[in-house]
Amino acid sequence: MADPRTSIIAERLKNVRNVIAVSGGKGGVGKSLVASMLAVSLAKKGYKVGLFDLDFTSPSTHIILGIGNLSPKEEKGIIPPEAHGLKYMSIVHYSGEHVSPLRGADVSNALIELLAVTRWGTLDFLIADMPPGISDATLDMIRLVKKAKFLIVTTPSQLAFETVRKFINLLVDLKVPVVGVIENMEMKKEQLIQQQVEDMGIKFLGVIPFDPKLEEAIGNIDILSKTKFAKKIEEISAGTLV
Amino acid sequence: MHEWALAEAVVAAASEIAEKEGLKEVSEVKIRVGELQQIEPEILEFALAQLKTTRLKNASFTIETAKAELSCRVCGAKWGLEKEGLDEHTKEAIHFVPEVAHAYIKCPKCGSPDFEILQGRGTWIERIKGEK
Repeated sequence: MADPRTSIIAERLKNVRNVIAVSGGKGGVGKSLVASMLAVSLAKKGYKVGLFDLDFTSPSTHIILGIGNLSPKEEKGIIPPEAHGLKYMSIVHYSGEHVSPLRGADVSNALIELLAVTRWGTLDFLIADMPPGISDATLDMIRLVKKAKFLIVTTPSQLAFETVRKFINLLVDLKVPVVGVIENMEMKKEQLIQQQVEDMGIKFLGVIPFDPKLEEAIGNIDILSKTKFAKKIEEISAGTLV
Repeated sequence: MHEWALAEAVVAAASEIAEKEGLKEVSEVKIRVGELQQIEPEILEFALAQLKTTRLKNASFTIETAKAELSCRVCGAKWGLEKEGLDEHTKEAIHFVPEVAHAYIKCPKCGSPDFEILQGRGTWIERIKGEK
């Protein structure tokens, strides 16, 4: 028996120039915020951008960007709805406010299904908000989306960075491109993370200072876009992605 | 017409398998579709007929539906879809992403959403026959 879905994924993404998987070792480091604001900043510059929330058990990009109920269109597959100038896909289009308690194999199946049936069309960037760590969604991204490049988010904490180090080693071993590492929620000036990243031969993309105003901006794209966090993401994307 | 996207995947996968097995012409492709995904076999068949490549032009596509069988990981109960009484919105959500069944369906015996889909999800190529 063969699963036909994996045979069509490359075709579905053939007109997508860059797939950027925003990942990290641990939860709570700011991956979803980085992915969301990166997508918004690229779209503002006039690029065609898709945002794909792959954190199926804890999706949050819709909350960050204040995206309400949207329904994908059905046309020889699924056409992602648009929000804030982005083509936007998330499991919440289907699960709504319900919890989705998924085991690894289910996560993998849902990811393959959405990759196989979603028609992104022509995009300059598809930003994927990955779940934390090195498990099913990450392994499937590596296995099935050959053009994916990983952008890693960490905090200054050695606890977060320890997993990032292992993650990067895995990506390098598998010859998967790494765009670089962003250090988020910097509390005091020190260059410990930057040093360690550069010692691994990986590009250090920049530091985002802890922004106490960020939490209250969540859900409002206009306020979010004016935060220091958003400005910093714009700087980083201008320096590395475009 | 979500079936169209699945038909494209079936044609791409059947062509890959034929290539790998050195089949010049494929005569039969047997497909199994899961009840959970509520595929319309007629639409899938129509899409397959439209999408046939040269190697598949004389192939007959047989579509079989596999009954959904769910098994609770907590209490071991087994059940199907018949009694679920799902509304249209839920059915549609499960049609597109069968895994969201875990957001809507619970074990009829103990109420847990931690169940395994033993069979009846997705679309599978079960067999391919052809001339070498």
